[in-house]
Amino acid sequence: MATDNRPLSPHLQVYRPQFTSVLSILHRITGIGLAVGTLLLVWWLIAAAAGPTEFDAVQNFIGSIVGRILLLAWSFALYYHLCNGIRHLVWDAGKGFELSTAFASGWLVVVAAVVLTVISWVAGYASFGGF
Amino acid sequence: MNMRSPLSRARGLGSAKSGTDHWWMQRLTALALIPLVIWFVVSMIIVTGADHAAAVEFISSPINSVLLILLIVATFIHGQLGLTVVIEDYIHTRWLEVGLIIAVKGAAIFLGVASVYAVIAIALN
Repeated sequence: MATDNRPLSPHLQVYRPQFTSVLSILHRITGIGLAVGTLLLVWWLIAAAAGPTEFDAVQNFIGSIVGRILLLAWSFALYYHLCNGIRHLVWDAGKGFELSTAFASGWLVVVAAVVLTVISWVAGYASFGGF
Repeated sequence: MNMRSPLSRARGLGSAKSGTDHWWMQRLTALALIPLVIWFVVSMIIVTGADHAAAVEFISSPINSVLLILLIVATFIHGQLGLTVVIEDYIHTRWLEVGLIIAVKGAAIFLGVASVYAVIAIALN
């Protein structure tokens, strides 16, 4: 049996995305993004172990415009993946499969991720002592 | 954890691969990461803009060292399991698929061990 050249499911050219399917693929995309974002944590820890000069280089990168944009994307991805991950664990327990429930929990995840991101950045700037 | 039923064990006709292992480890690490990630984010907000001395002080506190190591281990296990599934789903050239999976698992082990070593080096310094 030929196992190559098979069509991808869902067939992307004719597939109409729905709210729930978009959230599903966003879970994967944020997961991949978080795997890449973990490199920042690795760099931060190794630089802290290496010494003040190396550590300042990481802090300067994080504090730069590019660094802040990456960190903003990373923090939203983290909250989205965390909240939607909990939604997945509820499904694993066999609950919340009704279509209306799946839509409601999806919106809850999106709103929670946005709110948690905003709260974290406001708290972060307050902790930092301004912009 | 063995999630097979006694009847299935007696028949001896199990999965040809690793059965539920991948699925179960993904969920276990997900569960562990819920409190660890919340602790980590709150901690990072508190140490925002820290200089080297403040960061070292944070990392070398015993409870923070232990939680950081747990976070690193759970993150890299969870992350490489997830990336493996993504590669299996979208890469249909067998040698590339296997090569990428080996690379992801190798990178996760290398970076995970390096991060744990960094935490221990700071804590014991």
